[in-house]
Amino acid sequence: MSTPDPADIFRIEAAELLEQMEQGLLDLEHRLDDRNLVDAVFRALHTLKGSGAMFGFDRLAAFTHHCETAFDRVRKGLAEATPELVSAVLDARDHMRALVEDPTSENTDEENYLLERLQAAVSGAGPAPVESLAAPSAAAEPGNLATWRIRFALPENTLVNGTNPLSFLDELRAMGECRVVLDRSALPPLEKLDPTALYVTWDVMLTTSKSRADIEDVFLFVMDDMTLDIEELPDSEARPNAAAPTAAIAEAPPMTAAIEMPAERPAPDTSAKPVSDAADPKLRRKVESVRVPAERLDELMDRVGELVIVQSRLQQIAAGSSDIGLRTVSEEMERLCSELRVTMMVLRMVPVATLFDRYRRLVHDLQRDTGKKIELSTDGESTEMDKTVIERLADPLVHLVRNAADHGLEPIEARLAAGKPEAGSIRLSARQTGGEVIISVTDDGRGIDRAKVRAKAEAAGLIQPGATVPDQDLLQLIFQPGFSTASSVTNLSGRGVGMDVVKKAIESLHGSIDVASRPGEGSTVSLRIPLTLAIIDGLLVRVGEGHYVIPLPAVEECIEISQEEDLRSRGRAFLSLRDTLVPFIRLRELFATGTKPDRYQKMVVVSTGEERVGLIVDQIIGHHQTVIKSMSKLHDDVTTFSGATILGDGSVALILDVINLVSLGQEQEARLRAIA
Amino acid sequence: MSDLALKTKATLRDVPADDEIEVLTFEIGGETFALEAAIVREILDLLPETIVPGSRPFVNAVINFRGKVIPLADIRVAMGMAAAATTIDSRVVVVELDLDGASSLVGLRTDRVNEVTTLSKASGEPPPRVGLKWPPQFIECLIQREGAFIIFPNLKAIFASKGRASGPD
Repeated sequence: MSTPDPADIFRIEAAELLEQMEQGLLDLEHRLDDRNLVDAVFRALHTLKGSGAMFGFDRLAAFTHHCETAFDRVRKGLAEATPELVSAVLDARDHMRALVEDPTSENTDEENYLLERLQAAVSGAGPAPVESLAAPSAAAEPGNLATWRIRFALPENTLVNGTNPLSFLDELRAMGECRVVLDRSALPPLEKLDPTALYVTWDVMLTTSKSRADIEDVFLFVMDDMTLDIEELPDSEARPNAAAPTAAIAEAPPMTAAIEMPAERPAPDTSAKPVSDAADPKLRRKVESVRVPAERLDELMDRVGELVIVQSRLQQIAAGSSDIGLRTVSEEMERLCSELRVTMMVLRMVPVATLFDRYRRLVHDLQRDTGKKIELSTDGESTEMDKTVIERLADPLVHLVRNAADHGLEPIEARLAAGKPEAGSIRLSARQTGGEVIISVTDDGRGIDRAKVRAKAEAAGLIQPGATVPDQDLLQLIFQPGFSTASSVTNLSGRGVGMDVVKKAIESLHGSIDVASRPGEGSTVSLRIPLTLAIIDGLLVRVGEGHYVIPLPAVEECIEISQEEDLRSRGRAFLSLRDTLVPFIRLRELFATGTKPDRYQKMVVVSTGEERVGLIVDQIIGHHQTVIKSMSKLHDDVTTFSGATILGDGSVALILDVINLVSLGQEQEARLRAIA
Repeated sequence: MSDLALKTKATLRDVPADDEIEVLTFEIGGETFALEAAIVREILDLLPETIVPGSRPFVNAVINFRGKVIPLADIRVAMGMAAAATTIDSRVVVVELDLDGASSLVGLRTDRVNEVTTLSKASGEPPPRVGLKWPPQFIECLIQREGAFIIFPNLKAIFASKGRASGPD
């Protein structure tokens, strides 16, 4: 196995850090005084800098270092977190990402500009009035020395993990006068001693002009697992300090900020874990998950697919055999394969939250670009979908969100005039029903202007002037290529490119797209995506000499039709079923098999989501674990089949696309009626 | 029983200097056709096929080829020839083609497979505009050999138009 390129490992880590940073900043924008968020962002910056330097991404490390310095002022309470700051750091983060992708790119002008913005954002405010929880400990003036008592205990496996506790002592020593005392009380007797374990703790008295935060920073990377106790000793000699330079942030290393803060952390007698880990649950989750390249999952999926086919052959053989042992094994195999299938399915499922999170940044930028106020809310983020499907929905949703922000939502004055709240709302929601996931984008804006759509459609020749067009059909026209009722083209949308691309993308996922809109109230665009699973539960049927699979989620019930009912229903297309009329399609006729019908016809009642239709087949064979094989491009035009599968005996069965099948059946019928 | 399990792997040979290429010759409707051996993946005896209701006559069925479901194309339909029954010599030639930018496997129905041989394309003549009983746009060239003509079909054109000739024969 070849060793992976270390730079790639770093890139993966960097991507995660940048993601955390972005989410943290976006949260911070709404909760500007949340210290935990500030710390979380700072930690991401700090880690990115350190790792970047370690893997040779020097430009990145240098740039991040400056950002970290600037952001440190916020962390220490010297500057307030403001929306401008968040914006500045977000843009800086984008630059960091560019530096990760192309470490050698030279863009000093842009970098300087970004850093200047940052500096402006953090130097404006003075020291923030931070809530002071502690007792009146010496709120020292700039540059004063103070003495601290630092007691720290590291976990037993520290040495094994490669951390050298002595390095902490060195760092402390570098901060000022130090007296270190070793506490060996926990050392076990020699016969129980594990030479690789750490049993000792330290008690350090440090006299320094550095702040408490600086001292805590020494232990930044081991903060999670250690106990750290920092106590300021009140009888420190207050020595006048040579004027500590408030160095220009952009050039000096971070630790020169000499202003001592009134302690905002909990009082010193608690063994403080100063940085809350609740703000960064992702760090904790590291041990619980494993990163696997997506291709490996695909390979695994293929193997499972082949296994299912072979198992189905075994089942056929066992069914024809009187060997009890064989039949038992075959049943076991079926059960195991079924469970394996389910497990595989789950592996590839990912909550849509990962998708929805990306739009926070988009909306943030949209607000800036459109000058409108937009509130993004989400619903059903825990709904899960296949990873590849989610990736393919990302771009279509960008179009829809942009549309909602640009065309749907009115400008602030118009909203207020209409009695709506100042901030427009865009809501992303996801829910699962049956075999589909429905994702909707809802806005409370001005709705779709029917008159404009009509005018545009007539001008484009899509509908005849004066023809009555049902509302739904009129709305669906917006998905035609080149269609846009925007009177002006903004740089976001209006070129009429978005909507038809969205429709194509959804259709390539075998999904459908709906629009609902109320003038003055808003619009909702819904995407219905079938849960594309490579192996589905199917009902195997025979029509004539061919075998077909009907996806089980679409099947409602199966009925046998007696001969008389069959005779009675000739010439009609309805059957009476428990007091309701169910329209039916004779698949033998639709497929033009040319065969004689079986004596007892069967009807499989399926649901297309909107209606129930009966499909008449010659024989219902039974439940079949169906491994979906895609059909060739040459058969793209045959929409009644969504794929094919290989049966136990090696023959091919076609998988029915119920919705298209029913449409086709209805079309044919309409044609026959027209002729008659 | 497969008499020719000819697995012609894609040769990495470029067209040699004297413009000779390796081809597989086969017969359909009494005529001899040739295809570049490089695109042929396998030659199969007749195997169970599954009709696809609603498909065009050019590709009216699919088969199971090593776990993949691939279409069966009938060049007869493209060439406007009459349909005929299969015989004991009938074979399916599986080729790998570029369809819409993606590499796909397609099975071609043949009446009989002859041999792998080399032909000189330089001696090929373009199809005459008139007088040919097949659509000229589907034929790349005609190569004469031992007094008979071997037809080099233009597979790209055939599949792009999906087997439907636009003009009258």
